[in-house]
Amino acid sequence: MAIMNVNPTRMEMKRLSERLKTATRGHKLLKDKTDEMIRRFIGLAEENKRLREETERELCMALTAFSEARAAADARVTEEAILMPSRSVSLTCSTRKVMGVDVPAMEVTDNGGELYPYSLLTTTPKLDASLRGLNDVLLKLVQLAQTEKTCNMLAEEIEKNKRRVNALENIMIPQLTETIKYIRMKLDESERAATVRLMKVKDIIDS
Amino acid sequence: MPMPNKIAVIGDKDSVLAFKAVGVEVFDAASATEAQALLRKLTTERYAVVFIAESLAEQIPETLAKAKLQTYPAVVPIPTGREPSGFGMQGIKSDVEKAIGVDIIFNKEDKQ
Repeated sequence: MAIMNVNPTRMEMKRLSERLKTATRGHKLLKDKTDEMIRRFIGLAEENKRLREETERELCMALTAFSEARAAADARVTEEAILMPSRSVSLTCSTRKVMGVDVPAMEVTDNGGELYPYSLLTTTPKLDASLRGLNDVLLKLVQLAQTEKTCNMLAEEIEKNKRRVNALENIMIPQLTETIKYIRMKLDESERAATVRLMKVKDIIDS
Repeated sequence: MPMPNKIAVIGDKDSVLAFKAVGVEVFDAASATEAQALLRKLTTERYAVVFIAESLAEQIPETLAKAKLQTYPAVVPIPTGREPSGFGMQGIKSDVEKAIGVDIIFNKEDKQ
């Protein structure tokens, strides 16, 4: 490991050992943070997978029902029927902190409009059923979006954190330790040199 | 900046029509380029969730990766055909791999 370019003085050594202390402490904290993030992430990822499986299945069912309904009636009639929906969905969003990461928190609110904004006379009952199914899936979809986003962001953060831990562990800390060792050796060496010099001088004076 | 509060769906016209009825804003995109442009536009507006058809999402991985870094909007690929193509699951898998190094969640099931 490369030694830093510093003057081998006592001052410098003191400064470096202070830095080493901070780095070691930081390393420990970051490592703990990674552990905790991974623990949470695993739970979230499992939930994410479960939700996605469920939602995908239900959504496919709803969409298939919808296309069947469209096929059963005149395509134009169906299109016309849902052209002007009286229902609109909006979200109440905020951010939540998970291990220092801003993740979205959402809640669905709809305006309570009629789900079937068309005449029941011209459309098939299949359409009603498929829309009902889709409406149910929508809530789950939003939940899925929230979980998936949280997972995404947490994964990103874990990766970043890991890089920090590695940088501290494999670069910073060894470098500091090496440099401190180097300074100590230098200081010891000069001390010994001084002692020897004194002894020599004493010998010369005595003789 | 006000909190985003809208939901959008991007997909080909036929498959996303149904979403219109349940009160979600629907945007047609016939090609990946169109979807990409739409997604860029929606990102700057007040959309909290953008659902995008799997078939289109598959073709624009860079734009999706960029969208992952922001809190809003959450871009979620959804299946629009009869069967999910597995693209969404692939996303979860790559997240797990990124965070942990190995995919423990999907591997675990293979062994069972």
